[in-house]
Amino acid sequence: MGFFLAKRVATFAATLVAASVLIFLVLEILPGNPAQVILGPDAPASAVEALARKLGVDRPPVERYLDWIGGLLRGDLGTSYAYGTPVGEIVAERLAVSLPLAILAMALTAALALSAGIFAAAKHNTGGDIGVMALSQLGIAIPSFWLAILLILFFAVELRWVSAGGFPGWSAGFWPALKALILPAVALAAVQAAILARITRSAVLEVSREDFVRTARAKGLSRGETLRRHVLRNAMIPIVTIMGLQFANLVAGAIVVENVFYLPGLGRLMFQSIANRDIAVIRDVVMLLAGMVVLVNFAVDLLYAAIDPRLRAQDV
Amino acid sequence: MSDLALSFRRRALGHASFAVGGALTLLLLLSAALSLAWTPWPVYELDIPHKLQLPSAAHWFGTDSLGRDVLSELLAGARTSILVGVIAVGIGVVLGTALGLIAAARRGWLEELVMRFSDFAFAFPAILSAIMLSALLGPGIVNSIVAIGIFNVPVFARLTRAQAKAVWAREFVLAARAAGKGGFRITLEHVLPNILSVIVVQATIQFATAILAEAALSYLGLGTQPPQPSWGRMLNEAQLQLLQAPRLAIFPGLAIALSVLGLNLLGDGLRDLLDPRLARKR
Repeated sequence: MGFFLAKRVATFAATLVAASVLIFLVLEILPGNPAQVILGPDAPASAVEALARKLGVDRPPVERYLDWIGGLLRGDLGTSYAYGTPVGEIVAERLAVSLPLAILAMALTAALALSAGIFAAAKHNTGGDIGVMALSQLGIAIPSFWLAILLILFFAVELRWVSAGGFPGWSAGFWPALKALILPAVALAAVQAAILARITRSAVLEVSREDFVRTARAKGLSRGETLRRHVLRNAMIPIVTIMGLQFANLVAGAIVVENVFYLPGLGRLMFQSIANRDIAVIRDVVMLLAGMVVLVNFAVDLLYAAIDPRLRAQDV
Repeated sequence: MSDLALSFRRRALGHASFAVGGALTLLLLLSAALSLAWTPWPVYELDIPHKLQLPSAAHWFGTDSLGRDVLSELLAGARTSILVGVIAVGIGVVLGTALGLIAAARRGWLEELVMRFSDFAFAFPAILSAIMLSALLGPGIVNSIVAIGIFNVPVFARLTRAQAKAVWAREFVLAARAAGKGGFRITLEHVLPNILSVIVVQATIQFATAILAEAALSYLGLGTQPPQPSWGRMLNEAQLQLLQAPRLAIFPGLAIALSVLGLNLLGDGLRDLLDPRLARKR
């Protein structure tokens, strides 16, 4: 187990370093002088030079990269060019919207997908199975931002149950804030649940055909108990992998849905920073998201080992 | 027609996913083709006095906030979706398949490098990469094609490598090597023809993803720029008129959903038809 863990931690660290180098290259080296990018192509040379000095981008790239990483490790994310405030503060503010939204959407996804997937597998090749599969095909085909617009049309414009967008902030109270996140979470969850339901169904079907499941049934276990104790435990590996990827996608990929609902989340911050050419914010947010993806993958790897002891043994 | 082709046609017509998916995809292609020659009204013509009209005999789907005919815009929007889909998936297929084939043939550090890179690119939310690239290169249809294309490369690289490795382990490849053929010739003459059907199936499904991505980018204002019609941008404009003309938000979304559904069903159907073993297992 010690070796397994050490190997995973090493891969985790190496991937983070690779990600940071790639992000630095793409955002800071490829476009040329960041000061020029911020000011636009028509800016006078003197202004570009002055800004370059102010931002410290006239120094060698390696030095700037090490500065950036050093800052990240100390928790200093730099200062936003557009807002003039520390990036860390802005990101924390936005995460207070994006993270609860992703968690809510993921909970909805898991509840919908697991029940629909297991139901479809149990009713394999019957009307129920075909119905769930047809619905999931539809769910995958519908763009999340269109569903978001339809939800606004129905629940905000027609029924007037919720507001059409915006976020009152957690200071306005738990319920009003949560209420503003429900429709976006449903719009995000519908697509993810459709994908996860298909994966759950095929994983459960695959495991149900194994010999040990027949043995479990033959020794007198009920269908429900076999499902819980043998089938689901084994089917969880692909399901957990996809859920990990989906969670990372929900935090980062909510950018379009956040825009539909005018939610001040991380995605919208990214979008606004791109419009403002606020490179410090873009760089840090992308790094944060990449870090989250890598962290989720790392956690999923560890979870695998917890679910399937054979994976631990293989690595020793 | 050969017996093989006849039997394929018989099975294809009896396959529900393939038939429905094929019909929807055909509708998408025909709409785009038709818009090249004819649209009910000129696509770029603004007609402010007749803005936000309800569906009528003159304007079947009504008019938008600038008086443009919605049906004409939808037909021309199909053209944009297909253009972006074909080129973006083309970039992914050509580069990704080449990388996957090289990784499978050469093994070693090269394979490791290709795989780790595609793992990373794969895990990174696609829309975020596309937005980042569009921001870097500037908004526009060409840059969104490049951004979506780059995202497609690791998808095909992973798939090709896995499939090609399985072919490399087969006996006929061993025989070809014994006959003195080199890695490049074996790849071209034996490996590629054996994995082509899997790539075609994946390309169909990625086409659907590309249509969704283009729509999302255009919705955000980073993709297709006005006046070029795009379903994503139509939705963006429709959201501003949600109270006065909610129907404007229905048609473009429906067009995207039906196209994506059609391509996904076609891909599923093709997979079953080209590999009957998979169909039986499902």
